[in-house]
Amino acid sequence: MYGGGNVFEATKFDDLQTEDPVKLAEFEARIARGEKIEPNDWMPQLYRKQLIRMIEQHAHSEIIGALPEGTWITRAPGFRRKMAQMAKVQDEVGHAQLLYSAAETLGKTREQMLTDLINGKSKYSNVFNYPAFTWADSNIISWLIDAGAIVNQMANAKGSYGPYSRALERICAEEAFHLKYGHDAVVHMATGTPKQREMIQAALNRWWPPIMTFFGPSDKMSTHTETLMRWKVKMASNDECRQQFLDMYVPKIWELGLTVPDPKLKKNMETGQWEYTEPDWDEFKRVINGDGPCNAERLAVRRTAEERGAWVRRALLNPKAKYVRPLA
Amino acid sequence: MNELAIKDLLYKLADDQLILGHRNSEWTGFGPILEEDIAFSSMAQDKIGHSLAFYTLLQELGEADPDTVAFTRNANQFHNSQLVELPNGEYDFSLIRHFLYDNAEIIRFEMLSQSGYEPIAKVATKLKGEVKYHVLHANTWIKNLGTSTEEAILRLQTSLNEAIPYALGMFELSQYEQQLIDAGVYAGEDAVKAEWFKRIQAVIEKTDLKLPDLNTIEPKLGGRYGEHTEHLQPLLDEMAEVFKIDPTAEW
Repeated sequence: MYGGGNVFEATKFDDLQTEDPVKLAEFEARIARGEKIEPNDWMPQLYRKQLIRMIEQHAHSEIIGALPEGTWITRAPGFRRKMAQMAKVQDEVGHAQLLYSAAETLGKTREQMLTDLINGKSKYSNVFNYPAFTWADSNIISWLIDAGAIVNQMANAKGSYGPYSRALERICAEEAFHLKYGHDAVVHMATGTPKQREMIQAALNRWWPPIMTFFGPSDKMSTHTETLMRWKVKMASNDECRQQFLDMYVPKIWELGLTVPDPKLKKNMETGQWEYTEPDWDEFKRVINGDGPCNAERLAVRRTAEERGAWVRRALLNPKAKYVRPLA
Repeated sequence: MNELAIKDLLYKLADDQLILGHRNSEWTGFGPILEEDIAFSSMAQDKIGHSLAFYTLLQELGEADPDTVAFTRNANQFHNSQLVELPNGEYDFSLIRHFLYDNAEIIRFEMLSQSGYEPIAKVATKLKGEVKYHVLHANTWIKNLGTSTEEAILRLQTSLNEAIPYALGMFELSQYEQQLIDAGVYAGEDAVKAEWFKRIQAVIEKTDLKLPDLNTIEPKLGGRYGEHTEHLQPLLDEMAEVFKIDPTAEW
C-alpha cells in the first residue's frame, strides 16, 4: 500500500553531467519507444538511485502497513472477516517480499534496506504513522488506503523499469481484492447499527487528513519531477493521482451516507477539478521526519522483530554461499 | 453412535485449531524473515478455516452457529490442549510447538479420513492435504535449524524441553475414548500418541537435538476438560473484542 508521496526529494541532477551522453541518449530513446529497462541494461546512476529509493519505500510501506491492520487480525469479528483480514495482511507482507526482490536487482540487499528502515534513513508511506484505533479504522485503511495505492500503483505499473512494473501488475491484482473486501466491510458498518455507523464515520474523520496527503505534496511544491517523468519512473504527478482518487471515491463515500470532514470539498464543474482544503503540509513534513503519533512505535516493532529474529538469520547463513542478486 | 462422543471429539479438533490459528496469526508482521511471516500467516488461515469446518459439523449436530460458538464461550468451555494456547514466545518456541502439534494433527486427520463416521471422514479427507504442508514446513525448519549454530540448537532444545509436557497433554483421553474407538470413529489418542512419537523421533534423530524421555515427564492435562492456563482467557477476550460490541450486528 503505497501512494508514492515522499520519494523525490533532494535529487541532485548535476550527477547527470558525469554520464556518457551517447549512452544516455540511447537510454532515453529506448524509454521513449516504450521499452522496459532490465537489471543488466545500462542506466544512469540517478535512475538507479531513484528507483531503489522508490521501490524500497514501497516495500517498507508494505511491511509497516501490515502493522496497523495486523493488530486487528485476532480481533476481527467473526470467521468471515477474520479469514479475509488475515489473507489481506498476508498479501501485504508478500508484496514486500516481491518488492525487496525487485529493488535487489538494482544492487541493494534486503538486509541493507531493512537496516536503513530501522535506522530511519529510508522512509515509508506517511499514513502508517497514524493509529488504527478501532476495527472501523482498519476497514477505512482496507478500503481507501488500498484504493489510493491502486491509483498510484496502476500508473507506475506502466513505468520503465521491468522488474518493478511486473511486480506492480501482480500487486495491483491483489490490491483489487483488498479494495472489494474493504468496501464490503465499510458498507456493512455504514448500513449497520447506529454504533457501527458512528464508528465508521469517526474513523473516516480521523483518516481523511492523512489520506489527502497520501500522494505527497501538491505539484506546486514538488520540484524536479520532469526528468523522472520523462524516464517513466514517475508516471503521474501527485495532484493527478489525488484528483483521480477523489473522482473515484468521494461519490462512493457520499453514496453510503457518510460525510467527508472537509467543508470546502466539491467538484468544480467548469474545471472538472476537485477543490479541497489544502492539507497541512507542515504536519506532513513533521510526521515524515519522525514526529508523528506512531513513528516510534512502528519502527520499534520492526526493530524488535529484526533483533528477535537475528539468531534465525545467523543460523541460516552459509558462509560458503555467495550473495547473488535475484533474477528479474 | 453416541452424539456426545462425536461432539466432544469435534470440539477438541475445532478448538485446537482455532486457538493455534490465532497464535500463528500473531506472527504476521513479526517473523524472523519475511518468508516465515508469510508461512505462519498462511498456516493460520488454514487452521482457522479447519476449525470453521468442524464448528460447521457441530452446528449440523444442533450446536450454535460457528461465530457464536467460537467467539462467545469462556475459557472453561474450551476443549483445546494447553499447548496451543501458550503465548508464541520467541520463534524457537513457536516452531517447536508447530512441529509437535502438526505431527500429531496429521495423524488424527489420516485416521479420521478413514473414519466410520462419514461427515468427519469427508472433512478430514479434504483438509489433510493442507496439514501435510504444515508438517513439511515444520520438519524442514527443525532439520535446518536443529543442525545449524550452537545458539539455534540450544534455543530449540530449551523450547523442546519446555513444550513437551504440554505436547503430551494433547493426547489426554476423552471420557468417551472407548466409545469412539469401538464405534470406529478413530483409533483413539493412545494410538495417535504412539505414531506421533515415532514420527517426531525420526525427525529429531536427524538433528543435534535430544528428545527427552517421555516416560519421565508429567503431561500437562486438563485442557480437554476446560482447565486452562492463564493465557487463554485474555486471548479469547481479544478475539471477541469487536464481536461483543454488538453480537446482533452484522460486521
